[in-house]
Amino acid sequence: MNKERSLTRILTDKALHTVNLDPEKCRGCVTCMRRCPTEAIRVRNGKASVDYDRCIGCGECVRLCTHNAKLPSHDSWDTLEDFKYKIVLPPPSLYGQFNNLDNIDIVLSALLELGFDEVYEVGLAAEYVSSVTKIMLDRKEVKSPVISTACPAILELIMMKYHNLQDNLLPVLAPVDVAAKLARERAIAKGIPAEDIGVYFISPCPAKVFALKMGIGVNKPYVDRVLSVADAYMRLVPVMNNLKNTKSLTKMCATGLRWGVSRGEANAIFHEKTIAADGVENCVKILEAVEDGSLDDIEFIELNACTAGCVGGVMNVENPFVARGRLYQLARKMSTGVNHLTDVGKSKEYFTWEASPMVKDVFVLDEDRFTAMNKLMEMENVFSKLPQVDCGLCGAPSCRAFAEDLASGVIPADTKCPRLEEEKNQ
Amino acid sequence: MANQFIHQEYLVAGNNFNSAGSASEAVKSTLKKMGVASSDIRRVAIAMYEGEINMVIHAGGGIALVDIYYDKINILLNDKGKGIADLEKAMQPGYSTAPEEVQRLGFGAGMGLPNMKKYADVFDIQSEVGVGTTVKMTIYFG
Ligand SMILES: Nc1ncnc2c1ncn2[C@@H]1O[C@H](COP(=O)(O)OP(=O)(O)OP(=O)(O)O)[C@@H](O)[C@H]1O
Ligand code: SF4
Ligand SMILES: [Mg+2]
Repeated sequence: MNKERSLTRILTDKALHTVNLDPEKCRGCVTCMRRCPTEAIRVRNGKASVDYDRCIGCGECVRLCTHNAKLPSHDSWDTLEDFKYKIVLPPPSLYGQFNNLDNIDIVLSALLELGFDEVYEVGLAAEYVSSVTKIMLDRKEVKSPVISTACPAILELIMMKYHNLQDNLLPVLAPVDVAAKLARERAIAKGIPAEDIGVYFISPCPAKVFALKMGIGVNKPYVDRVLSVADAYMRLVPVMNNLKNTKSLTKMCATGLRWGVSRGEANAIFHEKTIAADGVENCVKILEAVEDGSLDDIEFIELNACTAGCVGGVMNVENPFVARGRLYQLARKMSTGVNHLTDVGKSKEYFTWEASPMVKDVFVLDEDRFTAMNKLMEMENVFSKLPQVDCGLCGAPSCRAFAEDLASGVIPADTKCPRLEEEKNQ
Repeated sequence: MANQFIHQEYLVAGNNFNSAGSASEAVKSTLKKMGVASSDIRRVAIAMYEGEINMVIHAGGGIALVDIYYDKINILLNDKGKGIADLEKAMQPGYSTAPEEVQRLGFGAGMGLPNMKKYADVFDIQSEVGVGTTVKMTIYFG
């Protein structure tokens, strides 16, 4: 548990980073740097450092670090004391963590035992989101191919690098935001004072922690605290093993549960021409293809930064493929129907973006295009003289990235390629 | 200064569908670093990709030469493939000679050349049967 203690108890704006480095554990081995999908990591003075402007929160570096030096940010379990009336939002991926789970009510009842006053299933909200999505697709309200915005890591990537595709984005709130919105309203309707209510999400990934703290697509965040699946898991297992009575709580159908794995969202809208890609590299290929106009005949594209979908999130405990198998198994025991929008009695607008996410210009080399061009030419010039082996000795993920760092002034102009220097000295 | 440009060359391998689009990807990346408007990048992406894929499917590969200026991009696609007998026909929307197995991959709607012409501000195609095909396109940045 010392991993947990080293984190800030509650993430404030200032401490709000997707991932944090434990400098004592980091050996500067360049593993995370080389695989970061947005090249946001550099190794400086023997330690990995993240350029947070470029971080999409996918958690790939946490996953890869063999020294446990990268910690995903989230609120600690102590924050349960922060509110009098606590509502917890468990995600579908959570259920894939437990061996031999045959009833979701066991997890939900155990959450109540842990001190929460109410549960609201994110998978249930996901079914409403699917209904709204289907309506928007049927009516062709969004430019096709419509791109899912449920994975905040992918949404962030699009906002940074695929400005072209803004019109293709599905302007619907993430299931967790819908769950938080509905659950909070329900509690207020019960007569609970608004200031007493705390909404807690159990997150599979740092991307969702960050998105919920920032409030993406919403005017202000609906979720108050974001815990990790791993923390919840450790506390749930003993309680689940000794659970005396299981309350009947779950409303989610198999459709909502399957949102926890890749294709779950795409299958739930019952349109024929859909794509579901998982893993950032695969998602990038799809986004490039949409830009090139080669996927114009596709209606809907689901993209998940994590392999296998949210069960692959880095704050889970179980192997993504094992968790996926369990979700499928569990889904077979559940109602195949779907919860309908009419049950909540809300208009479509209730589920759509309150504010559009902003594009970010993190990849533009300079505001002035002439200057940017000059930097690009300088970069080509530098690059042509480098060994082009991408060894990482310089602390940049590739020779091209090193050349760009030099040309754009991120590192001092007299910085030398250590490999070339070595050759010179031989 | 205004006449300075960034020159890029890409080899487009024939019959390799996996690598088709990689020249377009690299050009897009450069334009994004320059801060070119996304609507212009989209036009470049489509024109470039369609040209690339035509060289892959119809010509056994070729080269793409790209000159990026402050306010425009010149794209030259050159191949030594079989050439096009009837250019007028080839430019018509819906005309395609793509073999059935390629059509099953989703190509061969006969929209590539018409779209390149539509999205490029300047479009020129020269072709000779048995010699090859050259496409020149210019797209101005708004
Ligand atoms: N580089 C080339 N070399 C030889 N023939 C070509 C070349 N480019 C196009 N053609 C010919 O012109 C026709 C029309 O090209 P166009 O790109 O418009 O359609 P397509 O490639 O058949 O289908 P689509 O582009 O919609 O997938 C092609 O079917 C082919 O016969
Ligand atoms: S796929 Fe799911 S778990 Fe992974 S980053 Fe996206 S939202 Fe988070
Ligand atoms: Mg074509």
